[in-house]
Amino acid sequence: MRQSWQRITALAVKELLAVLKDKRSRIVLVVPPLLQLIVFGYAATFDLNDIPVAIYNQDRSAPSRDLVARIVGSPHFHLSAYIDHDGQIAPLIDTKEVLVVVHLGPRFTADLSAGRPAPVQVIIDGRNSNTALLVQGYLREIVRDINLSWAQRKGQPPPLASLQVRPWFNSNLASRWFIVPGIVGLLTLVVTTIVTALSVAREREAGTFDQLLVTPMRPIEILIGKSFPGVAIGAIEGSFILVMATYWFEVPLRGSVGALYLGLFLFLLSAVGIGLTISSLAVTQQQAMLGAFLFLVPAVILSGFATPIANMPDTVQLLTYVNPLRYFLIILRGVFLEGSSYSDLYEYYWPMALVGLTTLSFAGWLFRHRLS
Amino acid sequence: MRLRGMIRKESLQILRDPSSIAIAFVLPVILLLLFGFGVSLDARDIRLALVVEAPDANTASLTGAFRGSAFFIPVAYASIQEAEQALMSHEVDGIAWLRSDFSERLLGPGDAPIGVFVNGVDANRARITQGYVQGVWQLWLASYAREHGTVLHPPVELDPRVWFNPAVRSRNFLVPGLIAVIMTLTGAMLTSMVVAREWERGTMEALMVTPVRIWEVTVGKLVPYFVLGMGGMLLTVAMALWVFDVPLRGSFWLLTATAALFMIVALGMGLLISTVARNQFVAGQIALVATFLPAFILSGFIFQISSMPSAVQVVTHIVPARYFVAILQTLFAAGDVWPVILTNSSALLVMALVFFGLARRKTRKRLE
Amino acid sequence: MSHSAALEFERLCKFFVSDGMRVAALTDVSIAAQAGRITGLIGPDAAGKTTLMRLAAGLLLPDRGEIRVLGIDVVAAPLDVQAAVGYMPQRFGLYEDLSVQENLELYADLHGVVARQRSERYQELMHMTGLGPFTGRLAGRLSGGMKQKLGLACTLVRTPRLLLLDEPTVGVDPVSRRELWGIINRLVEEEGLSVLLSTAYLDEAERCDEVVLMHAGRVLGQGSPRSFSDPMRGRAFHVSSPTLAKRILQNRIAALPEVVDAVVDGEQVRVVTREAKPPELGAVLANDSQVRIQAVAPVFEDAFVAALKTGRSFVEPEFSQPDRSTKSGDVVIEVSGVQRRFGEFYAVKDVSFSVRRGEVFGLLGANGAGKSTTFRMLCGLLPATAGELYVAGRDLRRAPAQARSRLGYMAQRFSLYVNLTVRENLRFFASAYGLDRRRRRERVDWALTTFELEGYGNTRSGELSLGYKQRLAMAAALMHEPEILFLDEPTSGVDPLARREFWRRIVALAEAGVTVLVTTHFMDEANYCDRLAIMSAGALLAEGSPAELKARFRSAAQPSPTMEDAFIQLIERQERGDGLAA
Repeated sequence: MRQSWQRITALAVKELLAVLKDKRSRIVLVVPPLLQLIVFGYAATFDLNDIPVAIYNQDRSAPSRDLVARIVGSPHFHLSAYIDHDGQIAPLIDTKEVLVVVHLGPRFTADLSAGRPAPVQVIIDGRNSNTALLVQGYLREIVRDINLSWAQRKGQPPPLASLQVRPWFNSNLASRWFIVPGIVGLLTLVVTTIVTALSVAREREAGTFDQLLVTPMRPIEILIGKSFPGVAIGAIEGSFILVMATYWFEVPLRGSVGALYLGLFLFLLSAVGIGLTISSLAVTQQQAMLGAFLFLVPAVILSGFATPIANMPDTVQLLTYVNPLRYFLIILRGVFLEGSSYSDLYEYYWPMALVGLTTLSFAGWLFRHRLS
Repeated sequence: MRLRGMIRKESLQILRDPSSIAIAFVLPVILLLLFGFGVSLDARDIRLALVVEAPDANTASLTGAFRGSAFFIPVAYASIQEAEQALMSHEVDGIAWLRSDFSERLLGPGDAPIGVFVNGVDANRARITQGYVQGVWQLWLASYAREHGTVLHPPVELDPRVWFNPAVRSRNFLVPGLIAVIMTLTGAMLTSMVVAREWERGTMEALMVTPVRIWEVTVGKLVPYFVLGMGGMLLTVAMALWVFDVPLRGSFWLLTATAALFMIVALGMGLLISTVARNQFVAGQIALVATFLPAFILSGFIFQISSMPSAVQVVTHIVPARYFVAILQTLFAAGDVWPVILTNSSALLVMALVFFGLARRKTRKRLE
Repeated sequence: MSHSAALEFERLCKFFVSDGMRVAALTDVSIAAQAGRITGLIGPDAAGKTTLMRLAAGLLLPDRGEIRVLGIDVVAAPLDVQAAVGYMPQRFGLYEDLSVQENLELYADLHGVVARQRSERYQELMHMTGLGPFTGRLAGRLSGGMKQKLGLACTLVRTPRLLLLDEPTVGVDPVSRRELWGIINRLVEEEGLSVLLSTAYLDEAERCDEVVLMHAGRVLGQGSPRSFSDPMRGRAFHVSSPTLAKRILQNRIAALPEVVDAVVDGEQVRVVTREAKPPELGAVLANDSQVRIQAVAPVFEDAFVAALKTGRSFVEPEFSQPDRSTKSGDVVIEVSGVQRRFGEFYAVKDVSFSVRRGEVFGLLGANGAGKSTTFRMLCGLLPATAGELYVAGRDLRRAPAQARSRLGYMAQRFSLYVNLTVRENLRFFASAYGLDRRRRRERVDWALTTFELEGYGNTRSGELSLGYKQRLAMAAALMHEPEILFLDEPTSGVDPLARREFWRRIVALAEAGVTVLVTTHFMDEANYCDRLAIMSAGALLAEGSPAELKARFRSAAQPSPTMEDAFIQLIERQERGDGLAA
């Protein structure tokens, strides 16, 4: 037993040194995650700011100017042009100079004072349908507000029923609060998978794996020793991004940190298991990289990182059940935003543990049974 | 003759090496299927908890409006506590709550509040859900008024028209954008890796001592991969049109021509990478970080460039995929909008010249 | 001189930058290779041979000095040079996924051979190389020797005036080597080609017209092979003793101060002395050993060793006796009827042999003969498709992990953790074999002293030269004092001096009672083995002691055949179909 531990420690230390002393793997560990943290943190957002808008106001009276002022004054919009005839609309939209044209007809004020509905025509570039939907939402809110205040000013009764919308957990609906906790899972997965995917393949390429297999080490010892660096590096990198998420991107951390780390540990276990399986199947580091890539791309896309799983077709949804990232993302967002604790997350812990155990045992079996 | 020899050799190698064919044809199909089916930003099937504390005719008409909407799957809950529990445990995405005094206040002087809670964790989905709830609410208000003999309308009515994609299907912009990502993959990644492979296997050395000129080596390598990349492009376009029903409003020849231009840029990037990376591992890494990821995130493929911080916006200008994504989304959704196509194509042309110029300066018929 | 120079280097210097340091690859090299002759570049690893070849082909630029190839300045007009020379790089420059014919076509295109000359030239080349029946086969599926001949054919699609061959014979079996030399000689005689060829095989020096001896980027000498060996006259001897084993005899003689070199050569020990007088053997041998000393003609190798072995010390290794659960002479390795199939391909077919305790047993064969596969099966790394293997009475595939601690294994290419320092590597392997802290420290110190690695404890093992890597790899395999040591191609790529030291350590190990199993493709090393098995294409051709094997091929034409002669004849017999089974 003591010998066994001693062998495991020796292997774990050696693995860690092998990763950290290699310039290439140091770069893989530091540069892409940092770049991705910055790029995802800042660029990957569905919130729209400064949407270029053109105003086509044929009315030019106080109420219409009031409406225009509210649109232009919103942080979501940025005035790029005033236009004065129909023919200008199409070129502006077609050439992407503006995303929206707000058109107030000549009878806007007249309709308004006559108590007829005063239409505001909005032409939106639908090339990116998501943006188009969001723009509609923003404009609708502005129009609703202005309707309310005009009704009040005129002493009209308010609408019979009003909506009191309250988003839970993220009252400003900041999409950064959604994306940034996800990055913790995403980057931890990428780094851990690549580190472990290369570990056996590197040794096979260098021929040292044979050397390892002829020592009295048992597969389980090799497995634990080889898992250690992945788990350690993943935990450090994950913690770093957690800190960045909380203090740099200022995402609130509301739930139990312990519950988060339990999730992180199980998640790392499953990532290491998958990485080692890829690594045991690969003969060269290149194949291992390719294998890791082929696993990571679908794993990220089918995780709910950027787009909801609920939107996927049922068969694709079934696939997501074996994806550890799916569960970890729920845990991350649960702990960060929803204030979840152990008991809320139980049902997300065990699938990751299951994936981890299965893949790790398979990898351990492959060590000796993979034919070269 | 030398050029012909190079092209023939490279083509034979592509045909014999299943991995290049896989990257050029199988990977695009997998990515397209993943994205086409797996990624959708539309909010459909929103599970909405309906809590009606005192059911009567009024609440029935409102809940009926929710049931009638194509966007919601309403689930009835008896109490707000139960509904909140369901929202907490992710069983529903939102709650519409009609309190016991709803009808009373509806008929009374003030307004009757409808409590709406949405899970705001996924802000994008929450926002879209909000919009849909508002739409249902407005429709209901109008129909309620009509039923009671008045015509009710708000002072200002929004009349939105979404051009190019009235049904706001996200597939219509995601699938064309993917073409740029996939071509980056074949163009830059595959090319840089095959050049690196020649270095690794030592065949580059043997090539270089023949009287072949360096441009012949380069062109001989690029031509087959150009054909391969364009083949992948055509496959993707065909799938977009016939599997995903994305309409192509612009002309096909313009699409092919601009794609060819982008392919040349992508090959230029691959070539440039291969001048610094002499093994496939390094080449793959650089290609991934320098071309694939930017094509994904900084190209406007999914995320709106104008909403990014200005420093990031500056960076997007050196991402070739940015220009091609603009062309693709325009050609597919809007048609042959010449100003968009010309400006973006000239940007691509400039990038092609820069990449090939740099690569030419860097490539020498030497080993160092 | 009637010959003009085909190639001239004038005071050439070349530096490389590695890890921010400027390293001189070539220093002040001036060489001339005569037209119509074979010039050999000879030197150990990292001597600068490949750099020189690449400079001549215009693939690198010199930092100083001039290169003229066929009278053309390479730096100024590399394309003109490349149009006139043929160059075969170390890995032959073949496209493995193209067929033989397609490879030829490609190079014919690149060299601009006109269509009507092609078919005739192809036929000539295929006839010359014997590749005629294989034109449709993918180059990747050819054997090492065939690849090398195809590589040569590709450089000959149009007749070059100068042929540059970078280590064309490395890892190739002796039969192919002999054939390749036949082709080169014919080209020089019939077509008047000039050839510059680099090699690490010292015996090939004798086949060259001119030899350039290089070491560490400098030229140590240039001249005919005889001009190197002639000054050695009177310094080379054969020593033999009927009572002492040749290995032991060699080890004792090598320890003498006046001896530069002592190697097992056939059934005798070849000794080179510092001065032209026979060695004083009385100091190391008992009087009754009846040694016979006989002066012999010096060869190039003697000169090579004498030139390079300067002030190099050698620590006589001390190996403790491993715990023995077996007696001397017991069979410790038993292989019977073993097969290994990969798909349709038989890597090893029906191989049987046994090894007794304390023996040095060699597996001899070219690359791809199935030696490593056999090894991997013995160590339990690969299951056998059929047959049985026992090491120390157990099948390691099924034995508990602890059984593996009785053997040591040194894999091909000196598998070490290149990012770890020497000490870290040793410590890791000691721990992997479960040595406790105190024992580990003792063994690490022992390894550093015995293998003369003291100065390198904190050097990253990837930065060591090949010879040092070899020592470290061997030390790592011995950390736990195994009873049986497996060595897979332990000497490939290592210079002759390191090879000599390596074998002295093996001999010392065997004397301490360790059983050693070793694979090699160097025929001359076979003589160090007690017994050996010759493998080719997965089959065992013959087994026995070196003397026995050679004796089988003694004939009037070959009164004292070498191991290489025996090997070639065995292969030829097998090819003729009257296979001589073990």
